Amino acid sequence: MITNPDLQLGLTKEEKKTLRKRLDREPNTLEWAMVDAQWSEHCSYKSSKPVLNQLPTKAKHVLLGPGYDAGVVDVGDGYIVTFHIESHNHPSAIDPYGGSATGIGGVVRDILSLGTRPIALLDSLRFGDIKTSLNSKWLFKNVVKGIADYGNCIGVPTVGGEVGFDKSFEKNILVDVVCVGLGKKEDLVLGEAKHSGDTVILMGGSTGRDGIHGVTFASKVLSDESESERSAVQIPNPFLKKLIIEATLEAVHTGYVRGLKDLGGGGLTCGISEIAEKGKNGIDIEISKIFLREDNMTPVETLISESQERMLFVIKQGHEKDIQKIFDKYELPYAKIGIVKDNDKITIKDGKIVIARLPVETIVNAPIINRSVKIPNYLNKLRKLEPPKEPMDFTKILRKLLSSPTLASKRWIYEQYDHEVGIKTIVKPGQSGAAVLKLDNGKFLAIKVDGNPKHCYLDPYNGAAGGLAEASRNIISVGGQPLAMVDHCQFGDPNNSEVFWTFSEAVHGMADYCKALNLPCVGGKVSFYNEDTGTNTAIKPSPIVSVIGLIDQLSNIRTMELKEHGDIIIELGITKPEMGGSEYYEYVHNFTGGLVPKVNFITEGKIQKLVLELIKKGLADSVNDCSEGGLALALVEMSILGGKGINIDLNNVISECNRIDDVLFSESHSRMIISTNRNYVNKILDLARNYGVPCSIIGTVKNDDISINISKKEIISLTLADISKVWGDVIPKCMGEVN
Amino acid sequence: MKIAVAVFPGSNCDRDTFNVLKNNLRIDTDLIWHKESNLDNYDAIILPGGFTYGDYLRGGVIAAFSPIMKQVKKMAEKGKPVLGICNGFQTLVEAGLLPGALMSNISLKFICKWTKLKVENNGTAFTNICVQNSILNMPIAHQQGRFFIKDKYLNHLIDNNQIVLTYVNNKGKISNDINPNGSIMNIAGISNEEGNVMGLMPHPERASEPALTPLRSADGLLIFKSMLNYLKKA
Repeated sequence: MITNPDLQLGLTKEEKKTLRKRLDREPNTLEWAMVDAQWSEHCSYKSSKPVLNQLPTKAKHVLLGPGYDAGVVDVGDGYIVTFHIESHNHPSAIDPYGGSATGIGGVVRDILSLGTRPIALLDSLRFGDIKTSLNSKWLFKNVVKGIADYGNCIGVPTVGGEVGFDKSFEKNILVDVVCVGLGKKEDLVLGEAKHSGDTVILMGGSTGRDGIHGVTFASKVLSDESESERSAVQIPNPFLKKLIIEATLEAVHTGYVRGLKDLGGGGLTCGISEIAEKGKNGIDIEISKIFLREDNMTPVETLISESQERMLFVIKQGHEKDIQKIFDKYELPYAKIGIVKDNDKITIKDGKIVIARLPVETIVNAPIINRSVKIPNYLNKLRKLEPPKEPMDFTKILRKLLSSPTLASKRWIYEQYDHEVGIKTIVKPGQSGAAVLKLDNGKFLAIKVDGNPKHCYLDPYNGAAGGLAEASRNIISVGGQPLAMVDHCQFGDPNNSEVFWTFSEAVHGMADYCKALNLPCVGGKVSFYNEDTGTNTAIKPSPIVSVIGLIDQLSNIRTMELKEHGDIIIELGITKPEMGGSEYYEYVHNFTGGLVPKVNFITEGKIQKLVLELIKKGLADSVNDCSEGGLALALVEMSILGGKGINIDLNNVISECNRIDDVLFSESHSRMIISTNRNYVNKILDLARNYGVPCSIIGTVKNDDISINISKKEIISLTLADISKVWGDVIPKCMGEVN
Repeated sequence: MKIAVAVFPGSNCDRDTFNVLKNNLRIDTDLIWHKESNLDNYDAIILPGGFTYGDYLRGGVIAAFSPIMKQVKKMAEKGKPVLGICNGFQTLVEAGLLPGALMSNISLKFICKWTKLKVENNGTAFTNICVQNSILNMPIAHQQGRFFIKDKYLNHLIDNNQIVLTYVNNKGKISNDINPNGSIMNIAGISNEEGNVMGLMPHPERASEPALTPLRSADGLLIFKSMLNYLKKA
């Protein structure tokens, strides 16, 4: 029996009391540690569950929603798509290279756990100011390198993503990774131990001391001591992961894998108890069989270690050899560590001695915490601030806005990622707002990850709903019908009722959007404690969402670059003076305040339907969504990528604004821009009228410069060559590669 | 006619290459695990791209000692077509089947992008249906693709027409600013003296379907079709 009580438990007094009461005895050290891991915020969702319940999770095509390793969506013809989002914020903040790499490792295993092959990765990243802060440059460079080295090696293409910069992320960076998987319906495996007598096999990496207390580390704020907690960051091994991917899929094809689970947060403890709970069985584990990397590891360390690259297999009794043969081929270590039992206990044995025995229900059901909420004091003040003065020289302002790293070209990043491997990437990074992949059933999958912390800071409800609307419009813009979403909620310390209010509002906003637009949520994650004792501030509220959509045929895929000189540029939707949290206010004026764009769910639904119809009828040649940077940025992007100039008449933009800068840079939702052949214009205007969507011809594709006019006076005049260079050089300049 | 695609631990373009040969070109193709010791039934072999053994030491250096490499050498000596793509090129170099070395890119970063390649020699087993001096579109994706060779051996390469593909600009000219990785003379692909063994850093399998190529060109197919043409004539 273990007697060492020297444990850094994260459990509260109340929780300790509850555990003693449930067991009706004093737990031993190992039992304390196991429950501590499983009841951490990271594993148990004890604060967030009551709020997350608002999100709709069902639809005809949803095979599996939240609660498993990944969401599962039916894409027809016997094929399924799985997808999930994970973050590795705390680890990446102290070890950007290892933290971001292992973040990919974790989400890839989630996809693999369902028996599907990972086919794409996307990243959503947030950093501080990379123009001035050396620390931010270092973090940025190494996060990108960590993602590249890991993703490239395992042969899963990184097909898209988004990056934003804001001072609130100076210490607490965000590293979110989305992984998409593809498989056949018949190969779907769940993380459950349904049949007693089945064998539990641990395969892959050995268990070491890296990542000990990872989940408790993720469940508190960062401090100066965090640097000394590097042992809580796991060590990446992408080569091993690649072998695990191939071996796991080969094993799944035998049909003898009846349960599969990756070991991530909470290590073996969480893996074992979750498959036991889902299978409504107990599990006996023989601890001496677990292969270790280091000498003298205690049972506590063994069971809560978060060492990477480990998979848990539940194998049909009598077929262990068939599976072992495959693991032997790939020279992967494995061990039979346990057996599924027809009882309701997790039993840990060391030889004949039972060293821990806990009811499955007790471990997996952490006591729910109902947190209090309070509207933050700062909000009213910021919303009422006087707006910045309207500038005179808009050419200068647009050039300045384009030098914002948030809006600039991301080529520096995505060229370091292998985005082609797998030969499925039809719409590649930088070509449009969303990526498009070829599926094995002849259809195409559109994927996007998005979020807007700047909006969420001023209005978490509209900011979160807006992030989802924007991600959906990006799917629409490549021709996809949105199918499902996953969300990742990242906030500060939930003990702070103001922080918890922002979380609760953000989820409310997403839930209302999902209900109104019939978009099911099939999975997600929550990460609290994104704040540090150095600056004593929490990150801006950061709900990040990923939306997938389906495209029936190749001819319905669109990209944003302008196609032909002489084409007509049409804007759909209304521009409103909703400037709060806009990149224009934040970057150009260094101003945080005002009212953020609101999403009108009915209008949003109409415009999405209309654009899909325009695409299917062949009426829209290029399509772009209007969002960060507003109308001006959307037009510039289309122009730069197409290598063609534009001539725009701002008088024709349908707007409720009184100021020119509002018209140019407002980030109002429910707006899209298309370019089309002159002959289709009337048909488009008619269709838009039928849908009740405001629609206006705002310009033509012309010459080699960007010319924006108001009442026949040119207010913006830039050559394409100049603006392409400004936009393209921002990040290389920040990284010291271009002068 | 039967083609082998080698699979090493860590290969990750094996299935892509297999799919292009099998599904796009309808050729009898097998994926062959690196421990296979008899390839007598195969007419050609392709070493695919990827990260054999994680590239933890150096690209291709461990794969070069795999059991299958003895067979690959045998096939090369017999005049059968042997193609190394990306990591496969690195492996052929490490195994001594092709001269030179592939060093880290001059930027020290991984680079994934589409490039333009000039066919410098259309006399090899893998370029024989290409037009001499024509331009092909293919993507690269590597960290160690900077081809280097000492001057005296470089002259030998030139004299024997072993430079097969070079990185060029839109006008087909070799220039420094479009050299993606710092390769000597913008070299993207070379062959042995006989022309039956070729290595290239760009990925032809990623440029074999119009929908996947930005210019809808599918030039990568020319490499594989040349191999078939060579085998038919042999």
